[in-house]
Amino acid sequence: MQIYNIVIAGVGGQGVLMASKVLAESALASGLDVKQNEVHGMAQRGGSVISFVRIGDQVSSPVVMPGSADLLISFEPLEALRYVHYLKPGGRLVYNKVPINPSTVAAGMAVYPQDVEQQIAAACGAAHGVEALSIAREAGNGKAVNMVMVGTVMKHLPIKEDVITEVVRTVSKGKGAEVNLRALAGGAAA
Amino acid sequence: MKKIISGNEAIALGFGDAGGVFASGYPGTPSTETLEEVARLGQVYCEWSANEKVALEAAIGGSIAGGRSLATMKHVGVNVAADPLLTLTYTGVNAGLILMVADDPGMHSSQNEQDSRNYAKFAKVPMLDPADSQEAYDMVRAGFEISEQFDTPVMLRTTTRISHAKGVVVPQAQSAPQIGTWEKNVPKYVMLPNFAKLKHVEVEARLLRLREYAESTPLNRIEMNDPELGIITSGVAYQHVKETLPDASILKLGLSHPLPETKIREFAARVKRLMVVEEMDAIFEEQILAMGIKVEIGKNKLPLCGEINADIIHQALGKEKAEMVDPVAGLPQRPPVFCPSCAHRGLFTILSKLKTFVSGDIGCYTLGALPPMNAMHSVIDMGASISAAHGMAKVNAIAGRSEKPVAVIGDSTFFHSGMTGLMSMAYNGGNALVIIMDNRTTGMTGGQENPGTGATLQGVPARQVEIAPLVRALGIDNVAELNTYDLKATEAAIKKGLETPGPYVLVDKNPCILRYKIRKPAMNVDQDKCTGCRACLKVACMALGLTASGEKPKVRVDPNVCNGCGVCKQMCKFDAMHESEGLSNANL
Repeated sequence: MQIYNIVIAGVGGQGVLMASKVLAESALASGLDVKQNEVHGMAQRGGSVISFVRIGDQVSSPVVMPGSADLLISFEPLEALRYVHYLKPGGRLVYNKVPINPSTVAAGMAVYPQDVEQQIAAACGAAHGVEALSIAREAGNGKAVNMVMVGTVMKHLPIKEDVITEVVRTVSKGKGAEVNLRALAGGAAA
Repeated sequence: MKKIISGNEAIALGFGDAGGVFASGYPGTPSTETLEEVARLGQVYCEWSANEKVALEAAIGGSIAGGRSLATMKHVGVNVAADPLLTLTYTGVNAGLILMVADDPGMHSSQNEQDSRNYAKFAKVPMLDPADSQEAYDMVRAGFEISEQFDTPVMLRTTTRISHAKGVVVPQAQSAPQIGTWEKNVPKYVMLPNFAKLKHVEVEARLLRLREYAESTPLNRIEMNDPELGIITSGVAYQHVKETLPDASILKLGLSHPLPETKIREFAARVKRLMVVEEMDAIFEEQILAMGIKVEIGKNKLPLCGEINADIIHQALGKEKAEMVDPVAGLPQRPPVFCPSCAHRGLFTILSKLKTFVSGDIGCYTLGALPPMNAMHSVIDMGASISAAHGMAKVNAIAGRSEKPVAVIGDSTFFHSGMTGLMSMAYNGGNALVIIMDNRTTGMTGGQENPGTGATLQGVPARQVEIAPLVRALGIDNVAELNTYDLKATEAAIKKGLETPGPYVLVDKNPCILRYKIRKPAMNVDQDKCTGCRACLKVACMALGLTASGEKPKVRVDPNVCNGCGVCKQMCKFDAMHESEGLSNANL
């Protein structure tokens, strides 16, 4: 198969790394080669986070270049807009509609674009917004936004859905597994 | 069994599987997860040292005592450990010794972009340069073998895209821990001049033998393809080359020091055009040019700064850039920021108000330099806050300026190299206010244990160093507590510290809310009482924001983000902010 490029964007603390891990482990469990890469460190402090997952028969570079992503998953609308240029023509975007203020906006130094969803629609024809936070809360924990987002894209991936479900079950700790599986199913239905 | 793991995790796994016995290090992005993973795997003893110099010296001791040893650190940590390294190369090893160093091209989380390959040349030691997780795993074993065969420390060098990128690894059979004898050998381990003179000659001879080894080792390999273009490369740059130019011939250097001159000549003769692709410094290129070999494309087309990627390689070859959409312009930036309810927020709110010069240090609190706080005015390296503030105060006194500088430093950084600066300040009759933010963790790198946390890397309960008595023992008489969640008290304490002549130390002991998962109910804003004066926004908390419209937008709190510390509430003169029931920070 051709390499399938996924970009996951969000805000430090939202669980972008965990979502990336689930996709990478699922690719491995499907017998595919995979490279996954994100930059962490200062990203923990509410900064913008971007992570790459590349799936294929053989993958060399761990980096997705702008203009080459098949799928962009964003956990926050402004971050969807910030990284939408990573999509290749015809690429797909799924984003969480719940905004998180950047510190620059919180400090009154910048304004959060009120028309962020219209801008997203203008930048990407195949964009789909979901209310991931309320779905995560319904599943039992607001922190499960990341699993909701994985759920929303499952049907588009070159990986079987039951493989992803099994990986989520395996990597979740203790009681978290039930919540994460409900979040995953909630996302898939959104 | 196949695993998908990061380069750091692969090194940790490789260390255990290659018969490793002792590992030490100091946290630093992007190296940190290596030792954390050694601890998680639980097979081999490992520890956080107080700093990188201590870590390397402990690993040297481990090697002398006959155990295969590993020291881990980020690139700037090697500067701290350079003193033992540059003499360790003379003594050599007993059991194998690997110094793992993680470089950070592009400075994702570092204060400089130094290329550690310079240290391999400087110290005249072999350096391994893995290109993915599998190689990172395999090179630990290879590194120990080289170390023992050539009686030399070996540097294993990663970059951020190796340390943090995950790839598939197939582990090898596990070797039993390799523990040899512990023997006295004065001419080998005592570097008095007379012994060191002999050892230097050995180092030069060893380097010649390593050059021969570089010619034959499979770590360096030629992948002959189209002879039109030949590329010499290593590390993650190799992966970018494979991706961008699948038809090119490649000389991949897994041993990045010393270079295989004959192999390079042979490769250069077989290709029409020679290109060198390396991130940061022109280490390979300068050596290849010195061999009298023509490099057509190198740093004349490729950057010395930042990372290399597929697009940059394309452009260096003069190829058309693929058509793509520009990034959306004018979006609000999202820089890293203090977590909601972080204890640093109150401190920098007051320092910003007092407009005093703040000599800063390396840690989460460095974010106090960013707008709107703008309350940190110099940051150089670990520990410099205190020693630089001391120098400032001395020159201020000579210049007749009365302003007293403030130094801000965290607990782990203080243990790392702040203590010596403070002792020197006390000894030399200094005049600075030193604020130690003792949040009982090494926060910036993700919350590691340190000598103040009461536990070791492996989770064993440990003696907790108390900072106030330590500070007094270093010669400081004026030591007081600080509580940065109380803005009035914080301002009063800082003012007193600034007005009192001589060195003065304030210690804040509020724990890291992220590490210790401290949750409080969110605040809310009474929209009838809020006047939209924006005084609360000065605390720079991402939980705060302005309501969408209106002539004078009012402030609202995002209950999904707020963690209820109440610092913003203390900025409000109109009693508009109150604790609310229910939701608290969903992201903590």
